[in-house]
Amino acid sequence: MISADSMKGAHVRMELRSSPIYTSGARDFVQAVTRRLGFAELDCNQIALAVDEALCNIMRHGYENKPDQPIWLGVWPVEEAGAASGIQIVIEDLARQIEPAMIKGRELHDVKPGGLGVHVIKEVMDKVTYEKRPEGGMRLTMIKHQKSAPAAGSVTGRCEGGKGCHA
Amino acid sequence: MPEGQTLQVGFETQGQTVIVSPQGEIGYSEATVFRTWLRKAHDSKSPRIIVDLAKVDYMNTPGVATLVESLQISKRNKTRLILCGMNEKVFAIFKIARLDTVFEICPTLNDANAKT
Repeated sequence: MISADSMKGAHVRMELRSSPIYTSGARDFVQAVTRRLGFAELDCNQIALAVDEALCNIMRHGYENKPDQPIWLGVWPVEEAGAASGIQIVIEDLARQIEPAMIKGRELHDVKPGGLGVHVIKEVMDKVTYEKRPEGGMRLTMIKHQKSAPAAGSVTGRCEGGKGCHA
Repeated sequence: MPEGQTLQVGFETQGQTVIVSPQGEIGYSEATVFRTWLRKAHDSKSPRIIVDLAKVDYMNTPGVATLVESLQISKRNKTRLILCGMNEKVFAIFKIARLDTVFEICPTLNDANAKT
């Protein structure tokens, strides 16, 4: 089973099953890519955390803990003036659809367990968009810009015109 | 250990204090195991529970949620819950969730033990 056209322009694509076994691998992958793109270490950790939270939410709420359902993850560098200035991460699934407006983090003054994942994602990333996929399931698009110029030795990528190529 | 889990948990009683020491990652899979040990600490009726996170490499919000639940039980039971030993990565999630001021947090286990 393959994901929608929106993943076609991704520089890296990953398909995983909805089992928590694989979240650490996805997290490590995102952390490695963000490090190479020149993000500060704290940002690398937090972007990986946002991906982990998104995957957990899909597994727990979208697929209701069924461990064998598909999840797709695609990564694009965001470029400005030919240099990588950020990252776009798209995560798609075939889980039950919900209205994007209903996806909210809970109010933080209300201290109780649960409901923190969406808040973390929105707090960590610069732009977060939830959409219903026309093919079924949901799409989460997250963009994070670097606070300053990429670190020396970081790798830049060239955008190939896919969905994620807008800076 | 169930498939995919990396968590081990130490559990020790020192006088009036129970020290829970998880080791590994506390993610989606491990949160349930962690909750079981925290419940055991509350069931012990000790007036003080210290959760030493020095050997926790990573935690996400399901892990944090178990600690929030534990804090609620502590308040209900009028026991004291102290977290200690968090690395920068783990502390960051408490800050993002604005829970760094809700919990009693100490830098080290020694500091937590010294709290009166």
